[in-house]
Amino acid sequence: MNSLLLIVVPLVGAALAALWPNDRTRPWFLPGFGLVHVVLTFWQFLNPPVVAPGAWLGFDPLARAVLPAVSLLFLVCAAYGVSYLRIRSERPNRVFVAVLLAILGLLSAGHQARHLGLLWITTEAVTLAAVPLLHFNNAPRAFEATWKYLLVGGTGIALSLLGSFCLGYASLHGGGVGDLTFTALMAQGAGLSRPWVLTAWVLLLVGYGTKMGLAPMHTWKPDAYGEAPGLVGAILAGGVTTVAFTAVLRVRAVVAASGAGPMADRTLLVIGLFSVVVAALFLLGTRDFKRMLAYSSVEHMGILCIGAALGAAGAAAALFHVWSNSLTKGSLFMSAGNIRRAAGSPSMDDVRGMAILTPRSAALFVAGLFAVTACPPFGPFFSELQIVRAALGSGHGLATAIFLTGLLLAFLGLTRVVFGIVDGRPRPVVKANSKDFVETAGVVAPPLLLLGLSVWLGLFTPAILRTAWLAAVTQLFPTP
Amino acid sequence: MSGILNLVIGLAMGLNLIALGSSRLPTLIRAVSVQGVLLGVMPVLMESERLDWRVLLVALATIAGKGLLIPSLLRRAMRAANIEREVEPFIGFVPSLLLGAVGTIAAVALARALPLLPEHVGMLLVPGSLASLLTGFILLIGRVKAISQVCGYLILENGIFLFGLLLIHSTPLLVESGILLDVTVGVFIIGIIVDRIQRAFDSLDTRKLTALHE
Repeated sequence: MNSLLLIVVPLVGAALAALWPNDRTRPWFLPGFGLVHVVLTFWQFLNPPVVAPGAWLGFDPLARAVLPAVSLLFLVCAAYGVSYLRIRSERPNRVFVAVLLAILGLLSAGHQARHLGLLWITTEAVTLAAVPLLHFNNAPRAFEATWKYLLVGGTGIALSLLGSFCLGYASLHGGGVGDLTFTALMAQGAGLSRPWVLTAWVLLLVGYGTKMGLAPMHTWKPDAYGEAPGLVGAILAGGVTTVAFTAVLRVRAVVAASGAGPMADRTLLVIGLFSVVVAALFLLGTRDFKRMLAYSSVEHMGILCIGAALGAAGAAAALFHVWSNSLTKGSLFMSAGNIRRAAGSPSMDDVRGMAILTPRSAALFVAGLFAVTACPPFGPFFSELQIVRAALGSGHGLATAIFLTGLLLAFLGLTRVVFGIVDGRPRPVVKANSKDFVETAGVVAPPLLLLGLSVWLGLFTPAILRTAWLAAVTQLFPTP
Repeated sequence: MSGILNLVIGLAMGLNLIALGSSRLPTLIRAVSVQGVLLGVMPVLMESERLDWRVLLVALATIAGKGLLIPSLLRRAMRAANIEREVEPFIGFVPSLLLGAVGTIAAVALARALPLLPEHVGMLLVPGSLASLLTGFILLIGRVKAISQVCGYLILENGIFLFGLLLIHSTPLLVESGILLDVTVGVFIIGIIVDRIQRAFDSLDTRKLTALHE
C-alpha cells in the first residue's frame, strides 16, 4: 500500500501543480510534495514492509537501499527550485513543476519495479517526461540538446525493450509460463535458455547503459546536462541514472542465476573501466563547466558498474557509491548553476574570477570538486575506497590500476576547469552580468546541505544504511 | 497459417528496402505506414485459431497507431514545416540498399543460431525483426532530415514489435500496450520538437545541430 503511495502522491502533486493558476506560488508544490515523499520513504525505510515474492511492485531491499537517497536529493533540489524559479520568473513554470513531480513519482515506480515489463515502462516514461525539462531555457542550443537526447535515449530504450523480450523468450523457451517478475526469472535460473539470456544481457546492458550514460552510449549526456537548468541536471544525474543502475543490477542477478554470472561481471567491468577512462580523457579536454559535470557523471556511472562487477562486496560498495555520488553531484550541479547564472556563460574562456563575484557558490563549487574527486572526508572517498578494496580482494590488480589512473586523470581535468573559472580576475562583461545575481540563502543553503550530508555519510555512515545495503546485496546475490 | 504469415513478414522486409531506396519523403512515410498496417495484421494471423479480444485490440491499436495516426502526424509535420520532399542522405541510396540487402541475408543467417520453440520454427519473425532493426539504424544514421530519422526510428520500433509477436501469447497485455503507448507518445513528442526545431533553425536539417561539441 505504502509503496503505491510513494508513486501516487507525487503524481497527484503533478496534476495539482498543472491545474494551479498562480505561477508565483506554484513552485512551493515541489518542496511540499518532496517533503511528504521523504517522510513516506523514510518511514518505509525504518519499517521495511514484507514484499510478496510475486509482487510486480514493492519496497524490496534493493529499493530500500537506493530510493531514500533519490527522495532526499529531490527534496533538496525542490527547495533550491523555489529560489531558482523565482530568479527565472520570466519563464512559465507550469510544465516544469508538474513534470518534476511526475518524474519523482515515476522514479519511485522504477526503483520499486520488480517486473521486467513494468521496469521498462517506467524507464520509458521517465525518459519522455524529462524532455520538457531539458528545453526549459527555450534556446536553440537547448533544442539541439533535446533532439540528441531523444534520438540517443529513444534508441537506447528501444534496445532495452528488445532485450526484455529476449529475456522473456529465454524464460518461455526454458519452459516458463510467461511470469516476468525478477523473482520468477531468478527462480527459473539455469532453466533459462542460454543463447537468449546472453542476447538479452547485451541488449539490456546497452539499453539501460544508454540511460545511465555509460561510454560509448554517453553522447547525449554532455549536451543535455550542459543545456538543462542545474537542478534538472542534479535530478537526472542523481535519480534517473540510479533507476537505470538498479535495472542493470536486477538483470545481472537474473543472468547470474542462469549461470552466466562471470560473463556478466566481465562485461560490466570492461564497460565500467571504459567509461571511467573515456570520461577522464574528455574531462581533460572540455572547457565548459556544465559539460564537465556530465563527463564526471559518466565517470561515476562507470565506477558503479565496476563495483557491481566485483561480487557481493563490490555491489554493497556500489550501493554506498549511489548515495555518495547522488548527494555530492547534486551539490555540484546547484553551485555550477549559480555560477552559470551569474556569469552568463558556461565556458572557461569567458568566465574567470568567480571567487570574487560569487564567493559562496565558488567556495561550494571547489568543495564539491574535492568531494566528487574522492578526497577525504567526503562520502565518495569512502565508497570508492571500498570498491578498490573489493577489487584488490578479488584479485583484479590490473583493473584497479586502470581505475586509479582514470580517477587521477579525472581529478586533473576537473581541477583544471574548476580553478580556471574560480581563480583570476573577472572580465568586465561577466562582472556586469553578475550584478543581477544575488547569492541568497535559497540558492546557497541547498548545495551546502548536500555537501554536509556527503561528509556525514562518509564519516558517520549509519549502521542502518549499511544493513540496508547488505540486505539488497543478499537479494541480488542469493546464496545457493 | 505460417505460410501467409511469412508472406506478410516478407512484404514488410521488402518495405524496408523500399524505405532505404526511396529518395522522396512521402514515399518513405508511405512505406512506414504500409509496414504498420502489415504489422497490425500479423497478430491476427498468428493467433487465428484462438482469437480473443486482447489480440484484436493489439491488432487494431497497431493499425490505427503505426498505420494511420503516426504517418498522418508525420505528413502534417512535413507540410507545416514546409520542407522539401527530397530525403538528402548521408549514406547514399545505393550503398544503403546494399547494406540493407546484406543485412537481411545476415539476419536470416544469424537467426538460425538462436533456438526457437517448436511452434515458432519456420517463421520469419526473428530474421524479419533483425532486418528491420538494421534498416532502422541505417536510416537513423544515414539520413539528414529529422523526419527521415523519425521514420528510421519507427522502422526500428517495428522490428522490436515483430520480435514481441513471439511473446504475444505468454506475456500480459501490459507489456503490449506499453509498446504502443510509447510509440505514439514518443513520436508525438518528437513531432512537437521537430516543429520547434523548425522554428528555431528554419529547416529540418539535423546537420545544423552542431553547436554542441567539444
